[in-house]
Amino acid sequence: MKVSLKTGKRLIGTSFILPWLIGFAVFTAFPLGYSIFLSFQKVSITPKGIVTDYVGLDNFSYAFTVDALFTQELLTYLEELMISVPIILVFSLIIGLLLNQNIKFRGLFRTIFFLPVIITSGPVIEELMAQGVTAIPSIEEYAVFNLILTNSESFFNSTIIYLMDNLIFILWFSGVQILIFLAALQKIDRQVYEAAKIDGASGWECFWKVTLPSLSPIIIVNVIYTVVTYSIFALNPVVNHIQSNMFQINTGFGYASALSWIYFGVIASVLLIVVGLLTLRANKKYS
Amino acid sequence: MQSPETMDKKLPKKYRHRQRIKHLLLGSNVKTGIVTHLFIYSLLIGIGFVYLYPMIHMGSYSFMTLEDLLNPLITWLPSQLYLENYTTAYTVLNFTSTLGVTLYVTVLPAIAQTLVASLIGYGFARFELPLKRTLFGLVLATFIIPPQVLMIPRYVFFNDLGIIGNIQSFLLPAAFGQGLNSAIFILIFYQFFRMLPKSLEEAAYLDGAGHYKIFIRIAIPMAVPAFIISFLFSFVWYWNETTMAATFFGNALTTLPLELQRFNASYEQMSAQNLGGSNVNINEGISMAGTMLSILPLLVVYFITQRWFVEGVDRSGITGE
Repeated sequence: MKVSLKTGKRLIGTSFILPWLIGFAVFTAFPLGYSIFLSFQKVSITPKGIVTDYVGLDNFSYAFTVDALFTQELLTYLEELMISVPIILVFSLIIGLLLNQNIKFRGLFRTIFFLPVIITSGPVIEELMAQGVTAIPSIEEYAVFNLILTNSESFFNSTIIYLMDNLIFILWFSGVQILIFLAALQKIDRQVYEAAKIDGASGWECFWKVTLPSLSPIIIVNVIYTVVTYSIFALNPVVNHIQSNMFQINTGFGYASALSWIYFGVIASVLLIVVGLLTLRANKKYS
Repeated sequence: MQSPETMDKKLPKKYRHRQRIKHLLLGSNVKTGIVTHLFIYSLLIGIGFVYLYPMIHMGSYSFMTLEDLLNPLITWLPSQLYLENYTTAYTVLNFTSTLGVTLYVTVLPAIAQTLVASLIGYGFARFELPLKRTLFGLVLATFIIPPQVLMIPRYVFFNDLGIIGNIQSFLLPAAFGQGLNSAIFILIFYQFFRMLPKSLEEAAYLDGAGHYKIFIRIAIPMAVPAFIISFLFSFVWYWNETTMAATFFGNALTTLPLELQRFNASYEQMSAQNLGGSNVNINEGISMAGTMLSILPLLVVYFITQRWFVEGVDRSGITGE
């Protein structure tokens, strides 16, 4: 049989991506399906192997009705996510803008701001948190701070306390985002700025009218990256909860699978909503 | 009394002078001024300090004796160069053998992941494939699947295969492009290979080279930076991954971050054995020395290779080409 040049090339191309095709089927698609299956089962581990027993939606309803800890942790996670992601984005944008100026030692500063990406693992952060060094040093001693706390709503309160205790740790999540912003900033055409300056735009106006609009696709990339890395980090209480339920006798793999799917659902809807809103805004404004 | 003409000439001169000072300090459209520069530098240094504060704290505490730790006058500089914390932490972590295991379970998957990602990236970048857009979309979509969802079924699956507590449980997914953040590495290679000129490939093809030969002889040598970048990122991410490592390796293989997690317990166990049950409490100095030791190899790698990390983000092409 003779294959045409085009089909031949296609076959060779497919052979290049073949490892991924096999891997996706075996290590991703199949486990995903199996995980959905498990989430509707009561799984018990017997000496003969794994025994599953169909329980319908029991695992899911258990998560929301009986397992008060899980819903609590999920809500806390969402709250912290809503606080942290904007902070990480704004912070990394500011650092990106500063580094994009014509300054000396840019390499040194980049090295410093990227360092946490290299060393951040769950146990390291845990050790540092135990030392209390991820909090803003001694800020709780300030009288103003205490005054604000005693005179305000509890949600606002908990937000401020969370921020003060974890600010450095939150900022440590921005290493990659800073570099992404910086790379994008350096690709904006200088001539656009020159044209804007000639038309009399100030630096402030240039930022809002030139820089930010050109960055909007990158902001979306960074939002996705931030939400995903923040959500799957080892210290996340929801992640820990799922992991600890895996090997508990009364809950086990079935329940843990259901939990992980609920968690995935939450992450996916957060991404969908945020990215949806951002694209909508970007399209409305700039196209 | 000055004539109106001289007034006219003087004012702009004075004005020009002021303008020059203002430009020098605050900057103009052409150049950044001194004050602005000062402001940027102080902001960067200030933020940089806050950013590094936990690291500095770790470094200084790891050299402190118990007396230093208790002395309220000593906050930053230890009174003497005290290395005892490090020797204790070294034995508690069982450093040399743990480092060996950690390198074994991070370097091999990182190599496998990099090599396979280059193949896949090349396939997507250089060939017309059926359903190419859908497949590439799926590649990127795997990035947002939390590892927790895949962890349980993979655990059951690996358990059946009998590779729990074995490096295979890291190596196999990596070797099929489903490892930790594989999507990012495929994207990096995709962007890299897409930018190679088509004419080069055509010339080689006319000279009778097959597609595999072109990949090995032309594409790989030109993509050396992409290989280094992917390997380094992959290495660091595998090193810092603890949830998956704890689940898949159990007690059979232990990495430095996992040993750090158990640090307090191991320390108490050790001191109980050595000192006949009398409990010597762990202090901050020892645990900071342990933390420092566990990240030291990463720091060494980072300071040698840091430009590749920076370049990695530039080359991934997510900023648009």
